Amino acid sequence: MEAKGTAFTYGDNVDTDVIIPARYLNTTDPAELASHCMEDIDASFAKSVRKGDVIVAGRNFGCGSSREHAPIAIKASGVSCVVASSFARIFYRNAINIGLPILELAGAEKLAKKGDEIRVDLATGAVENLTSGAKAQGKGFPPFMQGIMKAGGLIEYVKARIASGGAK
Amino acid sequence: MAMTMTQKILAAHAGLKEVEAGQLIEARLDLVLGNDITAPVAIKEFAKIGAEGVFDKSKVALVPDHFAPNKDIKAAEQCKVMREFALAKGIVNYFEVGEMGIEHALIPEKGLVLPGDLVIGADSHTCTYGAVGAFSTGVGSTDMAAGMAMGTAWFKVPEAIRFELSGELRGWASGKDLILHIIGLIGVDGALYQSMEFDGKGVAGLTMDERFTIANMAIEAGAKNGIFPVDARTREWAEAVAARCPSADRRYTEYAADPGARYSRTVPIELSALEPTVSFPHLPSNAKPVSKAAGVKMDQVVIGSCTNGRIEDLRVAARILRGRKVAKGMRCLVFPATQAIYLQALREGLVEALVEAGAAVSTPTCGPCLGGHMGILAKGEKALATTNRNFVGRMGHPESEVYLASPAVAAASAITGCITDPAEIMAAPSRADIAR
Ligand code: SF4
Repeated sequence: MEAKGTAFTYGDNVDTDVIIPARYLNTTDPAELASHCMEDIDASFAKSVRKGDVIVAGRNFGCGSSREHAPIAIKASGVSCVVASSFARIFYRNAINIGLPILELAGAEKLAKKGDEIRVDLATGAVENLTSGAKAQGKGFPPFMQGIMKAGGLIEYVKARIASGGAK
Repeated sequence: MAMTMTQKILAAHAGLKEVEAGQLIEARLDLVLGNDITAPVAIKEFAKIGAEGVFDKSKVALVPDHFAPNKDIKAAEQCKVMREFALAKGIVNYFEVGEMGIEHALIPEKGLVLPGDLVIGADSHTCTYGAVGAFSTGVGSTDMAAGMAMGTAWFKVPEAIRFELSGELRGWASGKDLILHIIGLIGVDGALYQSMEFDGKGVAGLTMDERFTIANMAIEAGAKNGIFPVDARTREWAEAVAARCPSADRRYTEYAADPGARYSRTVPIELSALEPTVSFPHLPSNAKPVSKAAGVKMDQVVIGSCTNGRIEDLRVAARILRGRKVAKGMRCLVFPATQAIYLQALREGLVEALVEAGAAVSTPTCGPCLGGHMGILAKGEKALATTNRNFVGRMGHPESEVYLASPAVAAASAITGCITDPAEIMAAPSRADIAR
């Protein structure tokens, strides 16, 4: 499983309020949420992000409320992976469960500048900056976690497993 | 590699010889829990999965406790979704009003959790069962849905903080005071991502009810779970439950931390140094000794919840209120956490003492704890509660205030109308007397 795209870089403590401001929580439509994604920290994000792009950030990404809308907005904007030094616990769980690939990588923010081309191997956790040539090693995901991300989230994953008779 | 107690339970349920902090694992579940707020959402997600039934009819528990007995039409609809799902899927552990109690008191009482079990619940206070040496943690409705279908969930293995308890509690100081003190010490995010493992010679003196109270509030320090070692008291508790409930009459496994297990830090706590503690609005970490809190005027006292609605809590409250009167203008509400506790309190004459003192004793419900019903605060009102959260607006109007304390402080304060050290009302009984 590989993610590859242009980096959007942010600092520490990117909270769920800037990922998707509360004033837009009256909808659960992913496309509409995506159109306001990161609005309060990076007004150009929603317009310039393209399918496959990667968010690179510092510590405690996704802190704040437990709203599942935050990873949904990021996923729906086309982002293929969020690489951060660390994630807030609930964001981490929510991201995996809705099928947004994320990778914890100590010192992630030092790896890329905005606009660099980034490649992430989710199985091994290897991250490469194709623009600068820098490489770093995060923790890869075990097969079942890759399965969840590949399926597009926990519900889809379980559905597929049950359909194939692989329950339990 | 040496593992913490939590890590050992997780490894065993993932079928692995060892795990380390940060590792992602898929683990087998012994119980999946939901309530009338979270289960209806999970039931919707469950329908999307297309599973025919739940993974094990006896390992899913559904408890209508938050807005039940039905507070209004919306609550009634939510409870109905749960009831119909339980019936359709043949779920054994659905507890209707009349046999239900607050989930985190009810689940251990019914023997649905035993030492070494792994439990997830779509409710943040699922961490309560760490008291019996189980791993249990709160999750979202999506996790609950997948858990009901598959009987598995994924976890990121946490590291742990070790709380080394020494000495013995004295006077009116209780398990509640210990956990309020700890949260004051490390802050509401002091244990973020981590386990809180309680250990040391001081553990032996803590009653099971106190351990439930302490583990219950681990989430208030941001922890993933709180856990106690399995000792003589735990075994005695497990035996008593097994004698009552067929569901508890099964083998269980005792896990203990390996010698040399790595902890992110160790926090030593001398129990004899603790006094009754009060957490001021609007964070559980705003903890002060009662000596520095006395005199703040209260409008309401609430004794109950999954934190302090157990029999020992009611005994303490009744001991202080017996033969005395709730202050004029004060509303004192008591919520036994389960029907069995209620009945026991009736048989022991506790309910009589409380009602004679002027307290209103209710059927089990979460009720006012989350500002649901049965005791909502008006603008500017203050309540002293034995619950676990004092966030802005938790018990009613956004400009109302909640102070957290033990049942002893709550009962004493009901009598005087302001925050009061129970020692001012009467001398504390011996620890043996409290534990009975
Ligand atoms: S009593 Fe309060 S904290 Fe406990 S489960 Fe009910 S609402 Fe939650």
